[in-house]
Amino acid sequence: MQQSSRLAIYALIELASNPDSQISAAEIGAKYRVSAHHLAKVLMTLGRAGLVQSVRGVGGGYTFTGNAKRLNLDEIISLFQDTTTSCKLADPSEATDEEWVLFDVSNEINDIARSTYSSITIQTLLKQVERRQSAKSRAKENAPEAGDLPVT
Amino acid sequence: MSKNSEEKSPENVLRIRRATSDHLEQVVELDARITGKSKLDYWQDIFERYAARRIDQRFFLIAEGPEGGDAGIFGLIVGEVRGWEFGSEPCGWIFAISVDPDRRQQGIGEALFKAMCDEFRQVGIKKVRTMVRRQNTLHMSFFRGEGMMAGPFIQLEKKLIDG
Repeated sequence: MQQSSRLAIYALIELASNPDSQISAAEIGAKYRVSAHHLAKVLMTLGRAGLVQSVRGVGGGYTFTGNAKRLNLDEIISLFQDTTTSCKLADPSEATDEEWVLFDVSNEINDIARSTYSSITIQTLLKQVERRQSAKSRAKENAPEAGDLPVT
Repeated sequence: MSKNSEEKSPENVLRIRRATSDHLEQVVELDARITGKSKLDYWQDIFERYAARRIDQRFFLIAEGPEGGDAGIFGLIVGEVRGWEFGSEPCGWIFAISVDPDRRQQGIGEALFKAMCDEFRQVGIKKVRTMVRRQNTLHMSFFRGEGMMAGPFIQLEKKLIDG
């Protein structure tokens, strides 16, 4: 997955998890340690696709305008890169058996990747983030306090 | 199922319980509406194997409204505990889940999935698995939404006859 696609997914997760807030590219960039400039370009593409809306002025930023339950990762990634094939045959009529065999293997991997991306929505990612956060808090609650003596 | 479980759906209370032979006709009808094929023999066999035998490890659950089966079933799920095949520790396998197309997006599939996971947990099973056709985005998205991820096995196949 290319960096722009990754950044787009991070931005959409951030915006979809705060549907009532406007969040700036700088805020999202700071959280994911990327330049606001690069992120702004990504957000522009998402805006053209109708997935985010920018609000100008003081307190402005971006809001999520997509449907988190329906928007899947393949749709997002497709905005930034060609997901239809991972290996291209320059000229199929001239391709050797070896090139066809490698083409088939690459397509098999690409098919699995695409069906995985197509089945994961922004809502599913948000749920996974929540599960991860809950697991972390449970682990923290159960962790022994600093200075506790081990039970023997 | 040790006790009937009840889940709140947006519209009313959902009852999830074990299927009995009385549900056969409704199950066949629901499946035919979804798949476009009526498979009485197949479902009769499933009822015999999953609703009548070894029911401590086989679970055929149906979801219905508060008024019971008179209004028809809203959905079904079938699963069983399987172990040691392909070098796997015993785990729960879900191999059928269907929800009435007119009652989707109401949490029925999720309630069935959770009830099945509870059944597996009660018999000491720690992992649930299923298999989904790659192009079947409806089921893939549903199971993903329930927290399922790719497991440690990859299914392989080979054509035995050309064509």
